[in-house]
Amino acid sequence: MNQWAFVIGAYALTFLGTGAISLMSWRMMRSAEARAQRQSDRA
Amino acid sequence: MHRFANPTRFLKIARPLTVWLFWPGLLLLSAGALCGLFVTPADYLQGDTVRILYMHVPAAWLGMGGWTGIAVAALMQLVWRHPLAGIAGRAIALPGAFFTAICLITGSIWGRPTWGTWWEWDGRMTSMLVLFFLYLGYMALANASARNGQGGGGVSAVTAIFGLVGAINIPIINRSVVWWNSLHQGPSITLRGSSIDTALLWPLGLTVVGFTLLFGAIVLMRMRAILAQNKTEARMQRLARG
Repeated sequence: MNQWAFVIGAYALTFLGTGAISLMSWRMMRSAEARAQRQSDRA
Repeated sequence: MHRFANPTRFLKIARPLTVWLFWPGLLLLSAGALCGLFVTPADYLQGDTVRILYMHVPAAWLGMGGWTGIAVAALMQLVWRHPLAGIAGRAIALPGAFFTAICLITGSIWGRPTWGTWWEWDGRMTSMLVLFFLYLGYMALANASARNGQGGGGVSAVTAIFGLVGAINIPIINRSVVWWNSLHQGPSITLRGSSIDTALLWPLGLTVVGFTLLFGAIVLMRMRAILAQNKTEARMQRLARG
């Protein structure tokens, strides 16, 4: 197999995974902070 | 460190720091990856597969660094009862496990064209796989303690002890290529210098720093999420009590 196939596979996996975990953490933070803010506004 | 024991004071710093770590991190790792792909020359022996170095090494560094962070947080929780230490440990676990998995997978992808095999049960690969299982165990214990309401949004004392004991594996991973025969190369970057040619080495600095900053941003995001969840739960409990 062409060496570049291995290189592109490794880079794609790392970037997609890093993007996914960053997005997941950001959404988790946003929704938790928004929920806490809504609750404190209501109180 | 106890200055940041107050969540309000911690959040005042964590909010801008998340942004300051995330965007420069993304910029540096993108620059490092592009240079590693298109600017550096191919290795005279390994050819283009050497470019996997710029993803594999930062992932290994963060997998091991993540567990070191968990062990330090565990020590701070058990000895000084720092209220944010358990939360930090819990926040580090998932990104640490993720980068350990990336290290194992990119290593395997690199091994196939270089060694002729996807996997070998030698000291380095096996000890890194053990680290991945340690992360899974830590996350299971942390989730169980969070469900049982132990650790104040952080982790229980048992989980912290597990984090501390698991740190024994870190020097084993580091020395594995010296202690046992391995397909993996010996230590190529030490305090005394590097055996990698400068023409290939420089983008590694960019990706290591870039991924480290991004890891810091992810941990801060997860800590902020746990703190916000704690705040919501505490208020709901107060309301339920009337």
